Amino acid sequence: MKLDTLADAVGEWLRGTGPESDIVMSSRVRLARNVAQYPFVSRMSDQDRGEVERFLRERISSSSVGKELDYIDVGRLEEIDRQFLVERQLISREHAEAQGARGVAIDGLEQVSLMINEEDHLRIQCMHSGLDLRGAWEQIRGVDDQIGSAVPYAYHPKWGYLTACPTNVGTGIRVSVMLHLPALVITRQIDKVFRSLHKISLAVRGLYGEGSQAMGDFYQISNQTTLGKSEEELVEQVGDVVPVLIDYERRAREFLVRETQQNVHDQVSRAYGILRTAQTITAEETMQLLSRVRMGVLLGLIGDVKIADINSLLIRTQPAHLQKLRGVELDTKDRNIERARYLRRHFEGGPSGSPN
Amino acid sequence: MKCQECDKQAVFHITELETGEVRELHLCEDHARTYLNQSESAEGDDDEKASGGGLTGPLTVGQTADELALLDKKACPMCGITFFEFRNQGRLGCPHDYVHFEKELEPLIANIHGAAQHTGRKPQRPQADEGSQLSEGSQLPEGTEELTTVIGLRRSMQEAIACEDYEQAREVRDGIRGIEDRWLPDAARDPGSPPAGPPTS
Repeated sequence: MKLDTLADAVGEWLRGTGPESDIVMSSRVRLARNVAQYPFVSRMSDQDRGEVERFLRERISSSSVGKELDYIDVGRLEEIDRQFLVERQLISREHAEAQGARGVAIDGLEQVSLMINEEDHLRIQCMHSGLDLRGAWEQIRGVDDQIGSAVPYAYHPKWGYLTACPTNVGTGIRVSVMLHLPALVITRQIDKVFRSLHKISLAVRGLYGEGSQAMGDFYQISNQTTLGKSEEELVEQVGDVVPVLIDYERRAREFLVRETQQNVHDQVSRAYGILRTAQTITAEETMQLLSRVRMGVLLGLIGDVKIADINSLLIRTQPAHLQKLRGVELDTKDRNIERARYLRRHFEGGPSGSPN
Repeated sequence: MKCQECDKQAVFHITELETGEVRELHLCEDHARTYLNQSESAEGDDDEKASGGGLTGPLTVGQTADELALLDKKACPMCGITFFEFRNQGRLGCPHDYVHFEKELEPLIANIHGAAQHTGRKPQRPQADEGSQLSEGSQLPEGTEELTTVIGLRRSMQEAIACEDYEQAREVRDGIRGIEDRWLPDAARDPGSPPAGPPTS
């Protein structure tokens, strides 16, 4: 697979389609699996690592789902290409930064990704645009069945699927939704919402998962426990809370328009203004401003920008994407200049102008 | 959850290390107060600690440290990880750790998940090889413990090779093959000489 060809598409998590996609960016389910006859990743010798990588690669590619997947040898990729896959949420930061034999198999739609030798031997991920946890779960269950009929997953009748970290044992499932919650951030209600989520055993993370900062008002909500409930129950546990959060965010947006129309209009217009005229800009600031503009468009305060364009800019202004599109490697300073130039050119071309 | 001493709601969840075992207590406010007072007076009494006699409550500090040190040295016979290493890294070494350290892990897992029994899906087992001696008329068990013993066997094979005891190494290797053939039919495997894989993109 040529990574450069992916750069032209936005990838599943920013496709901007699917139910409730004004607030729910994407729905994701991942399963942690290990091969029974090898030590867990942190305890593997280099030889074990190579053997597990080869064993899983062969078993995956000869399964029927494997025929639709492209395999990327992550261990041999340049740093910028690994970062590129992280930005597209196809591999984790930990997987990108790890050492030794490892890889990822992904499908053309970028919905399915199978990471080999991450924290566990195999991490299967399935991502759908918008709110579609059920669909993502159905799809991953099929993939898991196919791989599981060819790979002896480490399993114990009492503990379920055995994982390197006891926090994942049992189902090995992590069910998550990526939400865009700018109005809850502006109205300072977000902490209150998160505190109540923690009380019902749900975790809140930033854009790139564990330990990452919440950038651009994007938050991942996921289950925290994996043992003692069935996969369906855990899918429901996360799924049940999403409509509530959507409702809170919608009400906060309505409140902003009703009570502080001038203020919020000013905020989103300034954000839009900076994006159109800045001469140098960081990825973080870009994301923050794009987040505000995205809300402004959804509230009808900015008329001439499409949500699809904002989504596309969200990914294309990130460091590895920016360099891939430019075709050269740039240091941080030059990236900030190139990013500002890219944004100006995009908005200059008119409201729905192509970013190319 | 109910208090284990009465019918009230348990609001205190205490983990005690006793004679090398981890014990969990779930108590209501009243019973927790009684319990904690007991343990404080026990800790405060040096004579009793020294004699070690008549103590039915929690362990004294010295004993707890000893027990912890012993527990830390406990190593998994398959992957060799000690409980100390696990406590430091937060990552287990192999699937067998869940069996070998079950007593120590159980309270920890129960604390994380609020449960200690898997109720979700089970893996679809690869079909046992009918031609294999070991699988004659037998079904593969649900758990994969047997296959995981290969991790320990591989280590002893390496040790035998290091000691130039090639006969022993061959025996162990045949043992590994027998188990792998049973669990992984259509796979030709030789841990010593992995065949080259297909090219990757």
